Amino acid sequence: MRVLLTIALLTGILLTGHSQKYTLQEGMVQFYSQAVLEDIKAVNTRITALFNRANGDVALIIPVASFQFDKKLMQEHFNEKYMESDQYPNATFAGTISGFDWSRSDEQPVVARGKLTIHGVTQEVTVPGTLALTNGLVVMKAAFTVKLEDYRIKRPQLLWQNIAEQVEVTLDLRLKPQP
Amino acid sequence: MKNHLLIALYVMMLSTLAVAQDDLLRELQASAPAAKQPVLGTFKGTRIVNGHSVETSRQGELEFMISHRFGTLNSGGYFLWGLDEANIRLGLDYGITDRLTAGFGRSSADKTYDGYAKYRLLRQHTDGTPLSLTMQGTAAYQASYSREFEQSSAQDAMSYAVQALLARKFKSFSLQLAPSMVHRNSVDQNIAVNTLFALGAGARVKVTRSFSLHAEYYARLNEKENNPYHNSVGIGFDLETGGHVFQLIFTNSVGMTDRIFIAETDGSISNGDIRFGFNIARTFQLSKQGY
Repeated sequence: MRVLLTIALLTGILLTGHSQKYTLQEGMVQFYSQAVLEDIKAVNTRITALFNRANGDVALIIPVASFQFDKKLMQEHFNEKYMESDQYPNATFAGTISGFDWSRSDEQPVVARGKLTIHGVTQEVTVPGTLALTNGLVVMKAAFTVKLEDYRIKRPQLLWQNIAEQVEVTLDLRLKPQP
Repeated sequence: MKNHLLIALYVMMLSTLAVAQDDLLRELQASAPAAKQPVLGTFKGTRIVNGHSVETSRQGELEFMISHRFGTLNSGGYFLWGLDEANIRLGLDYGITDRLTAGFGRSSADKTYDGYAKYRLLRQHTDGTPLSLTMQGTAAYQASYSREFEQSSAQDAMSYAVQALLARKFKSFSLQLAPSMVHRNSVDQNIAVNTLFALGAGARVKVTRSFSLHAEYYARLNEKENNPYHNSVGIGFDLETGGHVFQLIFTNSVGMTDRIFIAETDGSISNGDIRFGFNIARTFQLSKQGY
C-alpha cells in the first residue's frame, strides 16, 4: 500500500512539479479585415506568453494598444472607440494545447481549447493551429476568426465603414525554455 | 496516519493540475506588469474651441481645417441672427513627426495670415507621465493693418503668441490649462498693452464614443482697465465620423488666431454678442508608416 502511494506521489510530482515551461522569445499577432473602403490590418509584437510542455497549458497576453496600424488615426479610433483599451488594456488567452506527439519534432496539427478574453468579454474557444519543435524552440502558429459581436465590440455605422463584422487573426509564436 | 497524509498530498497535486491553465495566466500577468501606454484622445481635435488643444497631428498626417464664425445672434432677424455674416479661416496642419506639427492659415478677420509650430514635450501615459505638455508658437501678419496705416512697416502688422498647453485626461473628462503670451508689435497705447499675458482653461467631456462637449475660457491678466475688449468664452459640440471632426461652436470671439481671440475678442456675453460657428477638420494620411 505504502509503495503504491509512494509511486502515485512520485507520478504526481512528475505531473505538477516537473513542469517544463517555455517563455516567449518572439511573437506576432496580426489581424486583418476586409472592408468596403479599405482593408484593415494591424500587427502587434509586444505580446507575452507562457507554455507548460508537461501539461500543454498555454497563456497569452496581448496589450491591445500595441497594435500598430498603417494609419495612426485608425489606430486611435481602434483603441478609443472600439476596443476601449484604456478600460480593457489586454486581450488574454488561457487554455490547453492537445494533439502533439512529443516523440517527434516536426510540425503537427494541434488544437488549443480555452478562454479567450477580448474587450472584457470571455468566450470558450477552440483554435486549430500547428506546433513544432525547432532547435529547442516551441513554434506555435494559429489562424482563427473573431466575431466582433461575440466580444461586444461595436461595429461602426454612418460614413465609417472600415471595420467588418469579423476579423481574421493570425498568431506566430516562438517560445524558448524558461531558465 | 502517514498514508492519509500522502493521499491528501496527492489529491492536492491533482487539484493544482486542474486549475493550472488559469494559474499560468496569473503567473504571466505577475511576471509581465502592464505596459505603459500613451493616453489617446485627450481632445478630439487640435483645437478645443478657438484655441489650440494639447493634441498634435500624427506623423505624415495633413489636416485641412475650415473654421467659420457667423455674425452675432443678437443682430436680429434682418441679418438672420448673424448667419448673413461670415468669418472664415482656412488652415493646413502637417505632422512632421508624431510630436512636431507645423501649420498655416488665413483668416478673413483682419485679413490675417498665421503660421505656427507645435511641439509635444510630454505625453500622458497610463502608470507613468501624469500630464501632457505641448508648446505652441504662432506668428501672424495682419494685412488689413498695413493697408489702414500706409506709413507703417510690415513689422507693425506682426503679432506673436506663445502657449504652454498642459492637459490631463481623467477617463471621459479632459482638462487643459494654457498660460499664454500674445505680443503685438503695434497697439493703441491708450487702451492696450503690447505684451499681453493670459490664462486659458479648456475642458472636454466625452459623452459617447463619437460625441463630446467642449468649453474654453481665456482670462486676460494684464490688460489696461479701459480696454474695450472682453475675455474669450466658447462652448462646442464635437462629432467625430471617421476622418472628419465636426465642431459646432458658440463663442463671443470672431477670430481663430491667438491675437484676435485672446487679446481682441469684441463680443460681450452680457450683451448677447454670441456667434454661432463651426470647425471642420478633415485628415489625410500622406505618408504611411511601415511596421
